[in-house]
Amino acid sequence: MITAPLLQLNNTSALEDYNIKKEHPTDCIIALAGNPNVGKSTVFNALTGMHQHTGNWPGKTVTNARGICSHHGKKYILVDIPGTYSLLSHSKEEEAARDFLCYGNIDAVIAVCDATCLERNLNLVLQILEITPKVVVCINLMDEAKKKKIDIDQEKLSTLLGVPVVTTSAKRKAGLTKLMDTVEQLLSSPPTRAYCVTYPQPIESAISSLATYFQEENKTTARRTAKQLLEQNEFPKEFSQIENLENTWNHEKELLNEQYQTKEAFQDVIVSSLVKQAEKIGKAVLHFGNEAYETRDRKIDRLLTGKLTGIPLMLLLFAGIFWLTITGANYPSQMLSQLFTFLEKLFYAGCVHIGLPTWVCEMLCSGIFRVVGWIVSVMLPPMAIFFPLFTLLEDLGYLPRIAFNMDKAFQSCKACGKQALTMCMGFGCNAAGVVGCRIIDSPRERLIAVLTNSFVPCNGRFPTLIALITIFFAGSSPYSSLWQALYLTLAVALGVLMTFLVSRFLSKTILRGHPSSFALELPPYRKPNIGKILIRSVFDRTLYVLGRALAVAAPAGLVLWLCANVQIGSQTILTYISQFLNPFAGWVGLDGVILTAFLLGLPANEIVVPIMLMAYLSKGSLEEASSLLQMKAVFLENGWTQITAICTMVFCLFHWPCSTTLLTIKKETKSSKWMIVSALLPALVGLILCFLIHSVSRLFY
Amino acid sequence: MNLEFPLSQLPVGQSATVCQLQTSGSMRRRLQDLGIIHGTKIECVLKSPAGDPVAYRIRGALIALRKSDSKTILMNP
Repeated sequence: MITAPLLQLNNTSALEDYNIKKEHPTDCIIALAGNPNVGKSTVFNALTGMHQHTGNWPGKTVTNARGICSHHGKKYILVDIPGTYSLLSHSKEEEAARDFLCYGNIDAVIAVCDATCLERNLNLVLQILEITPKVVVCINLMDEAKKKKIDIDQEKLSTLLGVPVVTTSAKRKAGLTKLMDTVEQLLSSPPTRAYCVTYPQPIESAISSLATYFQEENKTTARRTAKQLLEQNEFPKEFSQIENLENTWNHEKELLNEQYQTKEAFQDVIVSSLVKQAEKIGKAVLHFGNEAYETRDRKIDRLLTGKLTGIPLMLLLFAGIFWLTITGANYPSQMLSQLFTFLEKLFYAGCVHIGLPTWVCEMLCSGIFRVVGWIVSVMLPPMAIFFPLFTLLEDLGYLPRIAFNMDKAFQSCKACGKQALTMCMGFGCNAAGVVGCRIIDSPRERLIAVLTNSFVPCNGRFPTLIALITIFFAGSSPYSSLWQALYLTLAVALGVLMTFLVSRFLSKTILRGHPSSFALELPPYRKPNIGKILIRSVFDRTLYVLGRALAVAAPAGLVLWLCANVQIGSQTILTYISQFLNPFAGWVGLDGVILTAFLLGLPANEIVVPIMLMAYLSKGSLEEASSLLQMKAVFLENGWTQITAICTMVFCLFHWPCSTTLLTIKKETKSSKWMIVSALLPALVGLILCFLIHSVSRLFY
Repeated sequence: MNLEFPLSQLPVGQSATVCQLQTSGSMRRRLQDLGIIHGTKIECVLKSPAGDPVAYRIRGALIALRKSDSKTILMNP
């Protein structure tokens, strides 16, 4: 018997991501496919009870998540495929999605559609139906469609497509049981009359003559394989064992080439057949009650992306977020810090009580516990404020508008406007920003975005910047928190400016090339669910980032303690390192201690300031300056000036990314070379800037 | 009389229908995936602060395109 070999011509590796094993033979694998930003992840989360991150912008899901959904005692493995507009395209993600649907051994597909934009979504549904008839169409965002007075004739759609159609509002968990019931039914009795996409006569006859070679397969698979064969430029040798197939293929290809002169013309016919059939089905089932439903969104857009108001409002918004973060975090930070000092004493007493030697007690308490305590009290409050605010912007649909506003600037750097989105993610965590770069299609532009991501300060660096701004610049006037926010916005603006300059530099040197095409979907503004935002940003982001920081902070605390306590001769290792670095650091307006702190802070940027204090006070443990005034006194005693503070802040903005980010970059680029470049690039920029600032200042003082 | 004009010249608030795509390769494919084929109606909705990119209403979705791409889409009034 002849079976069609897998037609995986260009990348088998793309399937690696999708390697799924059933735990039990009765388990079913269900793929969730759909256009970007149709609420696929919301459906996924609601079904699996998981917390796959969701947000109101296209391309949110960059890796395929999987989760388990139990329904009527049966286990379903759900796989959330990154959103695609089509399966015909040649981007890495879309190919992987298509290969998974074709060869991933899936039992059924849930095709998630946006009710407010059904016609375009149907295009993808038709393409999925070409791969398998085992499809349940899930029309999501029904609540939004109702508001916009869009009426969908669900029954008619189901009849036309020949597969079940279910409507849901996943955000409110409506319709989901029905959805899984339908999937269950579908698996026991697969659809027999699923819609078959038809093409103009010359293509149809070519498909059917090739399909006769695959009659052992079911009709859909035979057609699919035949069509895929026709799309190849050369006859794939995997198929050469099938007798006569190559001759038929050559003959049919010749006929098609006569009809459609170029490959492009052929593809055009394929695409427009799909689009037109989707349009026809859409027209038959859609009724628009209110054409002017968009007026509110357009009014908001005219403000947020307006020529005069767009950019200032964006800056104001960010300054506002920073202000809220700084002022709001002050008080809880102090409380936490006091709490940890108290707990440390208890912990120390406990260690002594169970009879540990003094040096072990010291190491555990002053080393590990204190570093961990510091990071929690410095990082947790600002993150617990910043992340919900940021998630709010994300849910509202503002992030794509930022990309829209900033694209021109990125375009002139020959980079992609979506880099604005990854840059914004970088404010939270650079490692997350680097992973987010997958939304950029062109490999060259993606690499630029990866390499420049750490040019914007992440949450681990904000506390350092804020502390230095407060001590040296903002003063203690009644409006100091406003000044703080303003200076911080300036610092961030410097980071953004350098992102542009370096992106441009990369485009002109090692990553030369032209800007690729750009199509960015601007989703409708959506009313965010405040409760969900809080839960999601606290659990998914805050605790996740904190957990990661702690995982590196505990061992880092140990290493630090050893550096500060193990003596060689009469000096500690820490002193040796900082004295060794001192002359060099002097050239760039820093000192040996500051540079050492940044080096030792590689695992987590948050511990840079504590290390400095520890070294200055030549104490064996991290020093918690109980007030910023005390911190200022320590710095001043050790010869700090405003220039030192500026240089430290600049170096804080531009130095090597933290170890987590570096490892993420290595994983994303699959290259140690780019990881090294991503560490050297900001470090060089920082050193050069600091050197300039230091040299210029010496002219005046 | 030839009335064709590139999409990039479509003023805000007006619409026209696509008559030809003058781009090739991956961008042509992207545009087609968004449903831009011969006969598709496109409305110009919103300009970004710098005037480029511009957001268009295409088959119910709002899509921002750069001028360098939108000038390759020929329109009929």
